[in-house]
Amino acid sequence: MIPVHPVFASFSGAIEFIFTPQPSNVTGGKLVGGFTQSMELLLTQLEVTLIAVVLALIVALPLGLYLGHRGIGEVLAIGLGNAGRAIPELAVIALVASLIGVGLLTVAPALAILGIPPILTNAYVGVREVDRSTVDAARGMGMTELEIIRRVELPLAIPTVMSGVRGATIAIVATATIAPLAGVTTLGDYIINENVYGQNGVLAGAILVALLAITLEGLLALLQWRLTSDGLKLQTA
Amino acid sequence: MIGTLGSLLPAPLVAAVGQVGEGFFHERSSDTLPCQAQPGHLFCFDWAREHIDRFEKPALQQLELVVLSVLLGFVVAFALALIAHRKHWLRPPLLAVTGVLYTIPSIAFFFLLLPLTGFGRDTAIIVLAAYTLQIIYRNTMVGLAKVPASVKDAARGMGLTDRQILWRVEIPLATPEIIAGLRIATVSTVAIATLAVFIQAGGLGTQIYGSGNLTFPTVVIIAGAIGMLMAFAFDLMLLGVQRLTTPWRRAVVT
Repeated sequence: MIPVHPVFASFSGAIEFIFTPQPSNVTGGKLVGGFTQSMELLLTQLEVTLIAVVLALIVALPLGLYLGHRGIGEVLAIGLGNAGRAIPELAVIALVASLIGVGLLTVAPALAILGIPPILTNAYVGVREVDRSTVDAARGMGMTELEIIRRVELPLAIPTVMSGVRGATIAIVATATIAPLAGVTTLGDYIINENVYGQNGVLAGAILVALLAITLEGLLALLQWRLTSDGLKLQTA
Repeated sequence: MIGTLGSLLPAPLVAAVGQVGEGFFHERSSDTLPCQAQPGHLFCFDWAREHIDRFEKPALQQLELVVLSVLLGFVVAFALALIAHRKHWLRPPLLAVTGVLYTIPSIAFFFLLLPLTGFGRDTAIIVLAAYTLQIIYRNTMVGLAKVPASVKDAARGMGLTDRQILWRVEIPLATPEIIAGLRIATVSTVAIATLAVFIQAGGLGTQIYGSGNLTFPTVVIIAGAIGMLMAFAFDLMLLGVQRLTTPWRRAVVT
């Protein structure tokens, strides 16, 4: 394919930018980029992502499990999940920045909003899909409702629940990339501020964000495998 | 249609929430300054009414991005699913590849493609289409797998070839799952297409991430609302398509 536009940047230049500081275009030859700054931005992105995922889990997981267990609130659990996908991330970040204020404390809860729908829907669906006779058997054995959720429904629903958590994490880490618009300098700073970091910086940011997301997804897949009970693994194998 | 949008917003509600956050610093100026010049206003109804036209072009651009990328994604994902349906060994690698494409944050993906395809619409469409692959591919595979073996046996017994079974039995029966995937993909794409502004591909994002707009909530709310309305409209339309293409399901009493 022939590039219609002038070549934007080179991958080798971007990789060099990640490890070695380069003189900036605008700040009078001040050095930008390099390993220290890259790690700093990466850690900030990881931090805001993890806080947001945990917040979303705290809100959505118990609610989804409870609604699923009781078999109520399908409209809320499913409808919110569908509506949640339609929320434009850019609008959420922009609104938070202009109305509530900038910084980690406002961005993290805003990102959590994007994570709640997938976790809620999947927790609900996961529990609903558990065979009702299994639940009846657990009740017959004298388990309390809380024990049924914790020891029967949740373990059986883990694959579905975790796929919701993975979806939420992907959405949150992706949106954390535009968090610099709301004053949290994540890796997106490289991408958004081309005038400071240059084209190599933009590409470097994109590479790091992609690697971060893929790594998180891989780790969560591993976690899902560890959390899935051996009985379920045998069944699907 | 978009022109009438401003008049749909309930004026008293907007006026009520508009008062939030007005400190004593702004008390004196609030009589003279127009709404958009005062900080802390959630929504400026007057401004919305006057400027609703400026959203028309970005909305149409967004519509174009979504339609083209979902079509492209659907063609590719559906073809991949049909191939994987026959060739079982292709399933794990296809799921892995589409999974990785789905995982890469779209904004990073936009810029990763820049050295190859440059700024503009084409790059946005490629990225948005790549994002839909996983959802459509996986749902198509689930739908095809759900077709009972007995139904296929019956079709074979009636003399249908493998190809006929695929097109006349398996795909029609898998249609609800396929369209369910298409609905998820389309709704997500409408939301993500807002980010296309970063690679100069236009869309509603231009109204959010433009000069000064980021600090003016009214513009962000309108752009976001148009995006969400567009997503719901697509969702309803695809639901209608599903009803039309699977008439037998309406007869089933469950």
